[in-house]
Amino acid sequence: MTKALLARKIGMTQVYDEEGRVIPVTVLQAGPCYVVQVKDSSRDGYNSIQIGFGEIKEHRVNRPLKGHYQKHNLRPCRYLREFRVEDPAAFSSGQELRADLFSPGDLVDVSAVTRGKGFAGSIKRLGFARGAMAHGSHYHRGPGSLGAITAARVFKGRLLPGRMGGKRRTIQNLRVVQADGEKNILLVKGAVPGPQGGLVVIKAAVKRKG
Amino acid sequence: MDLIKEIEKQHLKDDIPAFSPGDSVRVHVKVKEGNRERTQVFEGVVIRRQGSGLKETFTVRRVTYGIGVERIFPVHSPVVSRIEVTRRGRVRRAKLYYLRERSGKAARIREQR
Repeated sequence: MTKALLARKIGMTQVYDEEGRVIPVTVLQAGPCYVVQVKDSSRDGYNSIQIGFGEIKEHRVNRPLKGHYQKHNLRPCRYLREFRVEDPAAFSSGQELRADLFSPGDLVDVSAVTRGKGFAGSIKRLGFARGAMAHGSHYHRGPGSLGAITAARVFKGRLLPGRMGGKRRTIQNLRVVQADGEKNILLVKGAVPGPQGGLVVIKAAVKRKG
Repeated sequence: MDLIKEIEKQHLKDDIPAFSPGDSVRVHVKVKEGNRERTQVFEGVVIRRQGSGLKETFTVRRVTYGIGVERIFPVHSPVVSRIEVTRRGRVRRAKLYYLRERSGKAARIREQR
């Protein structure tokens, strides 16, 4: 079964394991998520489930969406995302998904939109080395040479300053430390992209099994 | 933020004595040697207490054989089994880094009365 949840990033803290070691964790409010619509290949051409998460004021939802939720007897959710599943029959619309979908020890992939850094220079954005700040050097944080003069142009793919962050990024193979189905809290070892309060998509790890 | 506090609450210890920089303490540390566990005591002066909640730590300084040793302990770590306050010191600042440059008589701390 494909496992997927939507969550809100709460922030980071640390917990201790049985041996007294400190584990850095990110706290995620993972649910309650609701299966809004189940799509199967015979009717929709592919298998997937649509998951809703988060509260939203009724008057902020437009009529087509309201009707969509009403059809499945659900209150409107702030976020709606679709996930491919192998077996859509395992889900039914209106079904509630809780954080205990995952259990401690599971490996998950976590995706979110990273914090926007604005127009960033090549040192911050690409990890370029900087020049000397003193000793007569006037070359501080520049990107360096852009190429040979005989080329008379800059080749495509040249690494240069530009917009940084604000992109969807996935962190793979984070270990679930704690999963509380009652409070819908998920503790994941390590950092997760995005600001506190941001939407986070959690899926079972694709590359490794827990 | 409240959610984080709730999670930290599960790990917080409630039997920690009140102690502050300047106090002399005996910290009982659980040490694992192979599959045997024993308790080691580290005794010295608290020179710093830092952080809050589950992330709070304190630094204990002692001088052994003329060499200064500082160890940082998380207050709520399960590895720290007990903290004993042996002496209350009277100090006028929160971080006692100045003790590092002093030795012998100059490094004394007046007892609180």
